[in-house]
Formats: sequence, C-alpha cells, structure tokens
Amino acid sequence: MTAYETVIGLECHVELSTKTKMFCSCRNEFGAEPNTLVCPICLGHPGTLPVPNERAVEHTITIGLALGSEIAPTSLFHRKNYFYPDMPKNYQISQYDLPLCVGGALEVEVDGEPRRVGITRVHLEEDTGKTTHAGATGRIAGADYALEDFNRAGVPLVEVVSEPDLRSPAEARAYLVALRGLLRSLGVSDVKMEEGSLRCDANVSVRPEGHEELGTKVEIKNMNSIRSVERALAFEAERQRAALDAGETLVQETRHWDEDQGETSSMRSKEEAFDYRYFPDPDLSPLEPEAERVDRLRSELPELPAARRARLESELGVPAAQAAQVVEQGWDRFLREAVAAGADAKGAANWMTGDLAALLNEAGIELGQAKVSPKHLADLVRLVADGTISTAGAKQVLAEMFASGADAEAVVEERGLAQISDESALGAIVDEVIADNPDPVEQFRGGKEGVIGFLVGQVMQRSKGAANPQEAQRLLRERLAR
Amino acid sequence: MTELCDLTGHELAGKLRAGEVSAVDGVESSLSRIEATEPSLHAFLARSADLAREQARAVDDRLAAGDDLPPVAGIPLALKDVLTTRGITTTCGSRILETYVPPYDSTVWARLREAGSVLVGKTNCDEFAMGSSNENSAFGPVHNAWDLDRVPGGSSGGSAAAVAAGQAVWALGTDTGGSVRQPAALSGVVGMKPTYGRPSRYGLIAFASSLDTVSTFTRDVRDAATLLSAIVGHDPLDATSIQRPAEDYTEGLEQGVDGLRIGVLRDWLGEGVEPGVRDRVEEAIQRLEGLGAKIGEATLPHADYALSAYYLIAPAECSSNLARYDGVRYGHRAEGANVVEMMMRTRGEGFGDEVKRRIMLGTYALSAGYYEAYYGQAQKVRTLVLRDFEAAWQEFDLLLSPTSPTVAFPLGAKADDPLAMYLSDVYTIPANLAGVPAVSVPCGLDDQGLPVGLQLMGRALDEATVLRAAYAFEQDLGFDARPPLLEGIAS
Amino acid sequence: MPVEIDIEHVARLARLALTPEELERFREQLGVILEHAERVTEVAAEAVPATAHPIPMANVFRPDEPRDGLGRDEALANAPDREGDFFKVPPIVEEPE
Ligand SMILES: [Mg+2]
Ligand SMILES: [Zn+2]
Repeated sequence: MTAYETVIGLECHVELSTKTKMFCSCRNEFGAEPNTLVCPICLGHPGTLPVPNERAVEHTITIGLALGSEIAPTSLFHRKNYFYPDMPKNYQISQYDLPLCVGGALEVEVDGEPRRVGITRVHLEEDTGKTTHAGATGRIAGADYALEDFNRAGVPLVEVVSEPDLRSPAEARAYLVALRGLLRSLGVSDVKMEEGSLRCDANVSVRPEGHEELGTKVEIKNMNSIRSVERALAFEAERQRAALDAGETLVQETRHWDEDQGETSSMRSKEEAFDYRYFPDPDLSPLEPEAERVDRLRSELPELPAARRARLESELGVPAAQAAQVVEQGWDRFLREAVAAGADAKGAANWMTGDLAALLNEAGIELGQAKVSPKHLADLVRLVADGTISTAGAKQVLAEMFASGADAEAVVEERGLAQISDESALGAIVDEVIADNPDPVEQFRGGKEGVIGFLVGQVMQRSKGAANPQEAQRLLRERLAR
Repeated sequence: MTELCDLTGHELAGKLRAGEVSAVDGVESSLSRIEATEPSLHAFLARSADLAREQARAVDDRLAAGDDLPPVAGIPLALKDVLTTRGITTTCGSRILETYVPPYDSTVWARLREAGSVLVGKTNCDEFAMGSSNENSAFGPVHNAWDLDRVPGGSSGGSAAAVAAGQAVWALGTDTGGSVRQPAALSGVVGMKPTYGRPSRYGLIAFASSLDTVSTFTRDVRDAATLLSAIVGHDPLDATSIQRPAEDYTEGLEQGVDGLRIGVLRDWLGEGVEPGVRDRVEEAIQRLEGLGAKIGEATLPHADYALSAYYLIAPAECSSNLARYDGVRYGHRAEGANVVEMMMRTRGEGFGDEVKRRIMLGTYALSAGYYEAYYGQAQKVRTLVLRDFEAAWQEFDLLLSPTSPTVAFPLGAKADDPLAMYLSDVYTIPANLAGVPAVSVPCGLDDQGLPVGLQLMGRALDEATVLRAAYAFEQDLGFDARPPLLEGIAS
Repeated sequence: MPVEIDIEHVARLARLALTPEELERFREQLGVILEHAERVTEVAAEAVPATAHPIPMANVFRPDEPRDGLGRDEALANAPDREGDFFKVPPIVEEPE
C-alpha cells in the first residue's frame, strides 16, 4: 500500500463589513427584504458606472498588512466576463494579475504546534446577487425556475488565496479558525460562515509520500461551515487515495460537496471551458496606495491574535486552549475587565469558554449583546472561589444572570443558593445521615475509605444541593473518627 | 423666413431676456418644425412635447419673476437616445431596450434640466452608437436634411439632422470614434467633442468606455461653447471624470487666430479624399492663414494604425459593456427552456447585425490566446498615437484636417460592407484614442451642394483654443446655407 | 488573408443565438475586419506601455456613506418577469463559476 500525502490550498471569500457596497452607495446589510438594497448601479442598469469604496480598499490593505503581504504599488481592477443571472453586468469587477496584496503568511496552531501557511495573494472584488432555485427539489438539478435577489450584488468581497501548504483537513480547519480570528480582530468582516460572509473553496490533491510533484488538483465548492470543510476534505482526500490505489487516473475538475450525503460529486461538465476574457476595467483607474495611507493603516493595526494569545497566557496565566478560544472570539477585553473587577483569570476564562459560550451559542447572540457584564462574571467567580456557592449553584446563577441581567449576589439570595457551611446547621444534617445509614457507616469505620463519597452525597441530597461538600466531608470524618 | 427654431441658442436667449419672445414660443416653434419635417427625416425616437411645454412655462415664470437664468434656459434641446432620461424611454436605437424606462437621469441631462433646458425629444441613432450612417438603428434610418436620399452620418445622426433642420436649437450626441463630428460634417452643423472625461459619462449608455464622450451639436461655435460649458465639470458618479470644475468656454472666444500655430495633416488630404472635400479644406487653410494663423505641416505617423487599434479596443470594451442585456432585469426577453437558452435568444433577437459583429469581434479579441496580440497590442498602439500627438504639440497649437473623407453618401451605399463603413471614421478616431478635444465646423458645400466639415484638434483640456479658432474661421467664412428641405417649409 | 475564426465558439461565448446564415455571413465579415485590425501587430511596440485611458488618473474613491437606492417597485419596474419581490428567470442548468 502506498502512503499518500494530502496537499490542500484554500481560497476564502470574505465579505467586508463596510457601510456601503463596493461600487455604489447602497447599504451593505444582511437579511433585508429581497431587492430593497439596490440602485441602478448594482442592478447593472445601462449607463451606470462603478466608483470604488475607499474604506473597502483600506480594509483590504489592512488585511494584507496583517498577513505580512506586500502592498502593491500599482493595482488594477479587471473585468471577469461570464454570464450568470445573479451577476447584473455579466462581468464581475475583480482583480487579476495586479492584486492589491501579494504574498504573506498566516500563523496557525495545529495540535499546539505553530505552522506558517503561505498566502499567495489578497484581492478585492464584488459579490454577486443570490439565486434561489425554485421548484421540486430546491437544488439546481430539477428546478423549475430561479429567483434573483440583488441585495448582495456589489457587496465588497476580499479573496484570500493560500499557498498549497496545508497537509490535512485538521490543518485546513486550523487555518480557517486562525483566519477567521484574524479578520474578526481587524474588525473588517463579520466572518460568519452561516450568513455567507466567510466562504471557502478548497483545492485538494494527494501524492505519494516523498514525491515533490503535485498530484491532480480537484476544486471543492459549497462548504458552508468550518466543519463541512474538514469533512469534505477528509472525504475527498480518501476518495483520491482509493482511486489511485485502484489504478484509476484522477481528472482535474470541480466537485460539489453535499452536506447531507457527506460526499463530493463531480459538477456537470461545462459545454465550454471557461474563458473569462479578463481585461482592465475601463471605468476604473489604477489603485496606487500612497505610503502615508499604508503607514497610517499599519499604525492602526490592532494587536494580532498570536500576540494577544501569548499575552493572555503570560500575563494572566490563562491556559493555551482557553486563551486561543478567547482570542478567536474576540473576548480578551471582556476577560481583562472581569479580572480587573476581581476575578481569577483562569476561573473567568473557564466560565467564558464553557458555560457562557454555550449560553451565547444557544441564544444565537454575540457576547457584546449579552446581559452579562465583566463585573457579573467577576462576582460569580469570586462567589465560587470563597465557597459561597457550589459549582452546580454557580451554573444556575450564570443562567439567571444571562437571562435577566441580575447581580450574582441577588440571584444567590433569591434562589437560596448559598452553601451551608455553618457548622451547627450542617452538623445537624451530618448527624441525621450518620444515624440513618448504619451499614455504610460501619463499612467506613472498617476501613472502606470510598464510602465517604456516598455519605457526602447523602448530605448534599438532604440539603438540596446547598451544603458545602468540602465542609460536609470534614464534619463526617470528624464525627466518624470519634 | 427665419423662425424662432432657426435661431441659434444665444440669439434665442437674447430675445427671451429682452422679453421679445417667450420660452413657450420657442418650444412651439421647434415642435411645429418637428411636425413638419419629421416624416422626411425620422430624427426622433421619442418626443417629449408635454414635458417641453411644461419646462418652457417654468422658464417663462422664472423670467417673469426676474430670475437670472443660465444661458441654456428655455432653449429647445434634443438628446441622443443613448443618454438616460428618468421616466422617458431610452432605447439606444435597439430592440433589446425598446421598452426600457430608466429610473435615473444621466448627469449631463440632470445638469441641463436644472439649468432650465427644454427637452423636445430623444434622437435616433445607430444601435448602441455603433455606426457611421445611422442605418444601424433598429427603428429605421435618419435622412440627411440636405438630401433625403443620403445618410446624415452617424452614429448621432438623429441629433445632427434635428439641429440641421431646426427641430431643436441644439442637441447632445456621443462621440466614440467620430460619432458627433462626422454627422456634424455631413449635416452642415458644428460638432464639438471635448476632452475625454470632461463631461460625465454617468448615464451615457456605454459603447466603448475608454472612448465615449458626450459632445454637442449646435448651429454655430458660440453655441457650442455655451452648451459645452453647461455640461462639463467633475462628477463623483464617474470615476473617469476629470477632477476640475466647469469653465465658461465663451470667454476668450473672440480672441482670433493671430499667431496660433496650426499644423495641417497633409497625409489626410491626399488619396481617398473626395475632391469637393479637399477643395473646401484647402480654402479653409488659406482663410485661416489670412486671419494670421501660422500654418505648417504636421504628421501623426501612427494614425494609419489608429483605425485598426480602434476596431479592436472599441469592440473589446463593447463586448463586455453589452453583456448586461440578458433579459433578466430589464429590456427584451425571449422565451427559453433554461436561462442560457433564454439569454442567447434574447440577445440573438434583440441586437442588430452591427452590434452582433462588434460583440463577436471584441469577444474574439479578448479571448484566451488572442488578448496580447489584439487588445494588448492595440493599447500599445494607442500609446504611440498619444506620443504622436505629444510630438505635434511641440510645434503646433492645433491640428487641422477634413472631418470626413467624403460628404454624405447615399443611403445603402455602404450597408453591406462593414469595413468600408469603418473607414468613414479614419480622420476622427485618432482624437478619441488620444482623448483630445476636436471640433467639426462647416467649411462650405461641395459642387453637389452637400456640406463639408473642417476638423480642428487641440491639446487635452484646451477646448478654449479649439473653439476660438473655429469661431474665428466661422465668423470670417459666414457660412449661411440652409438645407433645401427648409425652403419648402412655409412658416 | 482573412482571419479564420471559430465563429460558433465565439457566438456561444458571447451568448448570441445565430442562424446558420448569420454564422456564415459573420464568419466572412469578421475574417476581413480582423485582417485589417491585425495590422496593429505590424507595429514594433514591445517596450511600449499600454494606454488604457487617454487621461491617466489613480485612486479615485467614493466615501463609505450610504444613500437610499431604488424602492423595491422601481427596482422591479423594468423586470421582464417577476415573482413576488424577486426577478424570475428560467431554470439554471449550469453551476456558477
Ligand atoms: Mg473570486
Ligand atoms: Zn447599489
């Protein structure tokens, strides 16, 4: 059996979160009623002309700077000509041989090991409208007709192309997570795969281990989440290995990922090879980023994720995995404020990446929209640390704070979640448990140390979870030793 | 007898301000001239009589209130049907846009409308401005006011004929390879193409984006200066619009040509030029010399290649610009079992022969394997043409030539020979490739009684010198012949 | 010599449905026109830069400030076919790019 190496390169399309579209002044928003964010320009009406959005150009340069790309002294918009009903002009204004940003790399962490993934280029283009295939299946095959909504047409889109430096689906996932975190930290995009503001196509090939020459490349489209990218790549790499082992020849093609079936399938072969007839858009002039502009954008770059992770680890002692998640989500400031309000950093990070992340996910909101403040979190962590509430109680407190925005102490009070640590109150329950469980008590006294857990459990049950378990165990041992 | 619609814009404006006539009188004069001559000319694709009357009344009200109005206020205007007008069908002379009603105004029309200009209608033209005879209009040809069996020139033939016949006092056209200057020459009126980028292209339905220039038809040079002044100036909606404010080209118009260095393009007065054209242009050279201009011989060595370059660049841009006519969002749609079939049939039915030829020519020139040899090389030739002009400006302030090698030719004469038709533009194309301003001013009639045009080209953004020389020439010549068609019209 | 071109391929790329008669006529005409246009290749211009625009400019931008576009009805007013607030087209048989 030959051992194969998988070679992957990713092309990511990122919708910029500008106020307006790339070449017209229509609002750039997600989720509006169909065909309400349109004007003669983005509908491709006769006689209209594009004028580039300055902020979109600057965002692209910012992305390039963050990736260590070279900002091209001269860059051009080209027209990419092909007919498709969701593209109003039947050409896309894109970039061709002179992109805004060339080269660079993204630092990625795979299984705790840092990896540098080369960036080929970063360029700026416009998005298309949205097609809905209507009729029996809702898929392209077998549809009766199609409906076009042009709200998305002309939204600024940045394409980030990686070198074929990735060697496994897990590395591809790590790359996407890192890219998403970087873009989020730059504040240039919402990077939500589910809303389509981050989209990804992959080029995959396999080659016998040790070979220099690349295998036949297959492009995969229609992956709608990071998880589906990972699944699709795993499926495709395996398919290619099996084909080669079976002595088949692979063809260079584009394949469609079917999320439900969990497989890629060849896209209908085209009647003609694509010939995009690229040429410089005569409606637009060159982009020549001035040194002052590039310097200003460089000076405005926020601290990048790698540095932020490192600081959370070194300054606050947050464990690596949690630091990565906090940074990826852009929660560093919240965490630092919670620490400033008195929280233990490790504890706060633990609550944020655990229960709080789950609550946010369930509610489908961002941390910024939640009712929980850093002060709330700090109080919660403190109440657990000083033994006022148990971990189980703290979960309830967090859920209540999340739902109502109430103070931690008020919730503890209202729900009677304070732990019973008071020796007289707790002692009475401990005495009851000892009296009611003669057999286990005998076993413990006979040296069966493990039984103590059962007895503590009984105390907890009788106190309806309010007992401080450490204190209960101390009292049990004390009384049984007499 | 001269009617109000036969006056120049500045003459009519003078009478309006003096209170001798009203803007409504002026408009009614134009409208009745349209009624009388339109069956012979077919210069219009849409008329806007109601709007014109309404706008004229508004001007009269403001004049009565003592408002100081811009010089274009109240003057009857026609617009080539490639300039968008909100709420008024704009077809580009094409079936594919037969029903298209633009939701917005072109910038040039918006500026004129604001200034009180009065729109009498949208003029016929070669489909998508592609042609030199106006025979490529999907809605039938325009006839030359000087000889109804001849073409008015093109592609802005309707605007040229309308101004020649007094249907409008002035008009806008678009000049991509000579589409205003050539019909102006063939129709005996003044056609002025400013520097590329000086008037906004927003709302000019694109043929070839790097060449298209909104241009004017007027009956004299002062009007050209006046109308042009009202439409130029930076427009933030056009990224190729030159970032300079408007200027008043009527200033300095009367300074004469004394001492101006004018280079004659001798190569363009030899073989292939009709004798009648050559004679009038030679006389014009002598006249200018008599007025004090310093005449010399100039050459544009790469001009021979300019036509070839043009017929690669313009179709290439056109093939992409016209891709949007697909039956999805507006315009004609044919039936089709699927979207590809629908688009192909829509375009097959909607476009005429010349448009199809140029789309295919451009598609071919841009396609894989040919780009460098064709489009890439044509753009290099464009650089060489620009350098030719730069070299000429070392010696001369203006370049002079015939506008067209021929006078108006009979309808149908070149209809089956696209290449022969393309050669009509051989003297006008270089100014488009270089983006420089150029005017065609009448310089007399040939012995068949057909008008001849003289072309003067100037440095980029030096419209003032072009207009000043044309004005001096025109005043001295005193060309006052009228199309025979008008003799038969009793007022 | 007239240039030979694959007219059917070009017509397909340009999305033009043409009759056999049109294809033949255009093949001949384009061949002649291209023969003339090919003269540009005679000019020695290796070291010459391309001119895309007669009046060069750079960095022409628009501020990122929203303006109201068309209302939905105006946006759809010219639509050859619509369903609800969408533009309606026949079924699509090819995947996008
Ligand atoms: Mg792309
Ligand atoms: Zn828009």
